[in-house]
Amino acid sequence: MKKLLLLGSMLVVFAGCLEKKGQKKDDVKNTENELIEPKADKKVEVKFPVYDFDAFEPILHKDDGKTYIVNFWATWCQPCIEEMPHFERVNSERSDNNVEVILVNLDMPNMWKTRLEPYVEKKGIQSQVVILDDPKQNDWIPKVSKEWGGGIPATLIYNTEKRTFYERGFTYEELKEELNKFIN
Amino acid sequence: MKNLRILRWAPPLLLFVAAFAVGFKAATEHNLDKGYQVGDMAADFSLKNVDGQMVSLSNFKNAKGFLVIFTCNTCPYAQAYEDRIIELDAKYKPQGVPVVAIMPNNPSAKPGDSFAKMKERAAEKGFTFPYLLDKGQQVYPEYGATRTPHVFLLEKKSSGNEVVYIGAIDDNYRDAAQVEERFVENAVDAMLAGNEINPKTTKAIGCGIK
Repeated sequence: MKKLLLLGSMLVVFAGCLEKKGQKKDDVKNTENELIEPKADKKVEVKFPVYDFDAFEPILHKDDGKTYIVNFWATWCQPCIEEMPHFERVNSERSDNNVEVILVNLDMPNMWKTRLEPYVEKKGIQSQVVILDDPKQNDWIPKVSKEWGGGIPATLIYNTEKRTFYERGFTYEELKEELNKFIN
Repeated sequence: MKNLRILRWAPPLLLFVAAFAVGFKAATEHNLDKGYQVGDMAADFSLKNVDGQMVSLSNFKNAKGFLVIFTCNTCPYAQAYEDRIIELDAKYKPQGVPVVAIMPNNPSAKPGDSFAKMKERAAEKGFTFPYLLDKGQQVYPEYGATRTPHVFLLEKKSSGNEVVYIGAIDDNYRDAAQVEERFVENAVDAMLAGNEINPKTTKAIGCGIK
């Protein structure tokens, strides 16, 4: 356990150092993969909660006065990665407005350690990340929204009064504009 | 009082929002809206195969139908289904329903899906079916494919090739051994037996087409 903690903290420090160097993207990726793979062999739990759809579904129906932005994404989905900074920005800017971003990751299990964790760490993602791991997609996709064909990026914005589903990507301005329809 | 005023404005406002939403949807998701629905007649195409030959549905004189599958090299979901697509072709080509795979991505946006890479992948995996490049990206919007892999089962009739099933291959991308419902196999079997296909459409997560 101590070893693990040590490895973990080394990883954080190491990743922090690399981040400052900036542009050497490939180096970061390779180094991180080397560090993380031995952990995966020991079956160390992934850092994020993993849900099947039944366990995940309450996240789509919280009734606590907040406005939730639920974004479905994966590290292999280029447009998802492109819009990620906008969700992060909105999450940090709007925390006072009772707005919360939840990033629902759809990576495959073999990518959780090798791609998802390094990505979240490298980018310093602050929004909550959860993993939805349920292969019965034809059953659960319509439960998220009947309009959803299954493409990502896809985003659900909802609060107690209003609920809208978007099977598309967002710019920061577009996301802000949509969100304003919920919090005014 | 304030509530009442809001109520009075609600219907026209809703209409306005709805109209806006419809317009917006039409503008951003034209592929979805214009694509084929079950019951539509699918247009033929002429696309270049990895062997250099041009392929059209009309080349298959004795086919009873087609499994037109939009797939690509780079998408993890498409990769997860490659072996199952090969198996579908092995099972149904002898029964008159061959697989015709179309790679819909723009190779300049996705270099891993270039024609050269398609050739490599087809050779590596031993594809037994045509693997066609949707050059100019004309065909996938017509079909309304939105992701890879995305299956369109066509039944050849005297009036043309009718779309009879649209959707996923089965209900478990992750593990072929864990599959409970083989959507495509059930659809082809029902089509060949002259039975009602159920379900006619299914949904799955896939990689957006670029």
